[in-house]
Amino acid sequence: MSTQVPERVEDESSGESVSPGKQKRDQKKLERAERIQEQREAEAAEKARSGDDTYHLKVFRYDPEVPGKQEPRFDDFYVPYKQGMTVLDALMWARDHYDSSLTFRHSCRQAICGSDALFVNGSQRLGCKTQLSALAEPVRIEPLPHADVVKDLVVDMEHFYDQMEAVEPYFQTNSLPDGELDEQRQTRENREKVKMSTRCIWCSACMSSCNIAAGDNEYLGPAAINKAYRFAMDEREGEDMKQRRLEILEQEHGVWRCQTQFSCTEVCPKDIPLTEHIQELKREAIKNNLKFW
Amino acid sequence: MYEHDVIVVGAGGAGLRAAIAAHEEGADVAIVSKLHPVRSHTGAAEGGINAALREADSWEDHAYDTMKGSDYLADAPAAETLCKDSPKETIKLEHWGMAFSRDEDGRVSQRPFGGLSFPRTTYAGAETGHQLLHTMYEQLVKRGIKVYDEWHVTQLAVTNEEKPEDRTCHGIVAYDVQSGKVEGFHARNGVIIATGGLGQAYDHTTNAVSNTGDGVAMAYRAGVPMEDMEFIQFHPTTLPSTGVLISEGVRGEGGILYNEEGERFMFEYGYANNAGELASRDVVSRAELTEVNEGRGIEDEYVHLDMRHLGTERILDRLENILHLAEDFEGVDGLVEPMPVKPGQHYAMGGIETDENGETCITGLYAAGECACASVHGGNRLGGNALPELIVFGKRAGHHAAGKEMDDAKITTGKVGDYEEAEIESPVPLGESGLGGDVAADGGAAAATTGSELVQQFVDEERETIEALLEKDEGIQHAEIRERVQKSMTQNVNVFREEEGLKQALRDIREARELYLDVFVADKSRTFNTDLLQTLETRNILDIAEGITLGALARNEFRGAHWRKEYQERRDEEWLKHTLLSWNDGEPELWYKPVILEGENKTYEPKVRSY
Repeated sequence: MSTQVPERVEDESSGESVSPGKQKRDQKKLERAERIQEQREAEAAEKARSGDDTYHLKVFRYDPEVPGKQEPRFDDFYVPYKQGMTVLDALMWARDHYDSSLTFRHSCRQAICGSDALFVNGSQRLGCKTQLSALAEPVRIEPLPHADVVKDLVVDMEHFYDQMEAVEPYFQTNSLPDGELDEQRQTRENREKVKMSTRCIWCSACMSSCNIAAGDNEYLGPAAINKAYRFAMDEREGEDMKQRRLEILEQEHGVWRCQTQFSCTEVCPKDIPLTEHIQELKREAIKNNLKFW
Repeated sequence: MYEHDVIVVGAGGAGLRAAIAAHEEGADVAIVSKLHPVRSHTGAAEGGINAALREADSWEDHAYDTMKGSDYLADAPAAETLCKDSPKETIKLEHWGMAFSRDEDGRVSQRPFGGLSFPRTTYAGAETGHQLLHTMYEQLVKRGIKVYDEWHVTQLAVTNEEKPEDRTCHGIVAYDVQSGKVEGFHARNGVIIATGGLGQAYDHTTNAVSNTGDGVAMAYRAGVPMEDMEFIQFHPTTLPSTGVLISEGVRGEGGILYNEEGERFMFEYGYANNAGELASRDVVSRAELTEVNEGRGIEDEYVHLDMRHLGTERILDRLENILHLAEDFEGVDGLVEPMPVKPGQHYAMGGIETDENGETCITGLYAAGECACASVHGGNRLGGNALPELIVFGKRAGHHAAGKEMDDAKITTGKVGDYEEAEIESPVPLGESGLGGDVAADGGAAAATTGSELVQQFVDEERETIEALLEKDEGIQHAEIRERVQKSMTQNVNVFREEEGLKQALRDIREARELYLDVFVADKSRTFNTDLLQTLETRNILDIAEGITLGALARNEFRGAHWRKEYQERRDEEWLKHTLLSWNDGEPELWYKPVILEGENKTYEPKVRSY
């Protein structure tokens, strides 16, 4: 099992006491709703199976509070294929036609919001950017490994955000021009140098793929180091600031943890050369004659 | 209950800029957003930021282009504010480290865009919105501004005086997606709505799945009029299968449009003899659909956008992102073949009525960005004018809400001064009339004596509503209702509009409203219940779609993006006025207010808009 499900905690905060009668009624209601739902799913699945061109998805399901979903399981969905259909399209279709409780994050549908990084047939990919036709069936769709699952394909992103925010992820310089209409100059070459690093969409595919991050919870991880690279290499920040940034990156859980396995680089949906950036920062650190931890 | 001085709803460009501005003024500000900030759809903006930065350019020229582009329905004080403030706000982004593309001399690069008399669109490759969004979020982190992310705001807590102009907004009610809790947020100073677009009223749109017009619908039901809703921009270059946007930057750099016969139709058929592909977006969208309707489209659906002649080097330097989009979402290699494109819903010019300081007619309620209508864009927005709107008006709303002294607004809001009541001709009842729902009343309960008490009453009501939705276990699911509305809007309230189609859309929306009375949420879980979330959003889509269609039916002329089959010309003698729709306790009311064409130093006399 590649996915971590948090241990169940009984909810003690719900406070309100519910009468046994109401509980029973609720239970019955729920069961009836489930029956209706199952019937609907069965009908739709039958229809889809009878078509020639369907894709078989096996989707990870988990919900901490729904009986039957508290133990993780895989559900099968058969989705009619349309030219150009992506993993995200297929998930949306399954949700809208079979099971509206199927839960996943998504928004822009065009690989810029970074919401829908998933574990598809064993690797981290953006659902919206992955063509079904490029995948072997059944298509196995799981939440990102090495993160706590909130529900179905949704994982807790807090740790990822914490790491991103640990590297002073904002522009800092002591040499701003005085005038509010005067820009700082930057050479085309320097802009080109940081260009790839600025394309990060915070999807956390890299972090999920990284063995080191899996074993060391404090490791900054590829995305956060890349964020720091974006500023450290920006000539507008100046040498003093670069020094400071290298010091942050040199800490115990910084760049030296990376063992250049290139898994982050392989999965990055924006083709950012993450491992190269980390290596370059290591070289910079040495050049600056800073001591190792 | 949570409490802050200023609450910003939404975390895209306008929301982030508003929060930073409020923070600059010393306010305790927090953002409440259904998405984490970096997921916001500002990130999908490609083209750039119009700003008169160069000596040969001027804010006056930018304002002239904007007024002309608006087809003389923008209010000059708003358009001039945009153009005057944009240069310093754009350079502010540069000072915050934004990775603009650069010229040889190291200055930020600018390029030509449709409808502009000077190449003033300041850009960062074809991913300007992404760079802007992340730069701004970085500044938010730097300042330690609190974000409640994945909290879906469901209601504004507004008092219930008879006239909306007498009401006050004291906060919001929000639903925590992760835990399923409904909580109140008391805003001591003000609430700023920055919820972005409403493209999900259509089924072919460049907008994100999350762009459901929540803020516009919320403000509308609280009493703020929706302004100029009929003006929807259809972007001429979206990919046919998904609606993914191909930036106007492609045409700005020299991309050419061809029909099936390989003709450069913008010139061959005289749609825009001077500007060609770089005519205003509405002009190009109509040209493309005319080609398709006359049998010169490819597969009867789209036209070709060709950029191969620009050369690999230039494409990689300035438009690389476009290659990825065409490849990933249409399977086309833009370096070796032309890209298929067709018009798609892209932007709402209309929205929450505000003045040029971002304030609505309700005290303590502000709006900025795409959800707002100041109006900067009037009948048609120029490419490159949306991003400066976010930073210019986001900042002003933030400052204003935090209590900073502002110059008096020249634009009026609400029913004051020179307005005109109108009759609605609808084949079906509108709004909540006759439905017997309990959502009809706008304004809050009268018993509350303090702001936080009022917020609490709204919280209690919302908890009941949500419980009721979750308890129901049969009926119709939101996805079916949403799909019906989206299909009807794309069919009937598209680039070309005719009276019968518009009436059909109103009938379809009415039917959807009736179905919605029977909506139920199948997922009973409190944890990350997106079924519930989308059911709440669908409610907003209904009001938005009705507003767009009613405006379109009322405005019997052709102006900007709004084309009517029966009235194919601009009628200045009657229609130099804004369409406003008030909720009026669930019985929508239509009225008009005059457009302001008097600028600071000149009056923008309506001229024939040719390119």
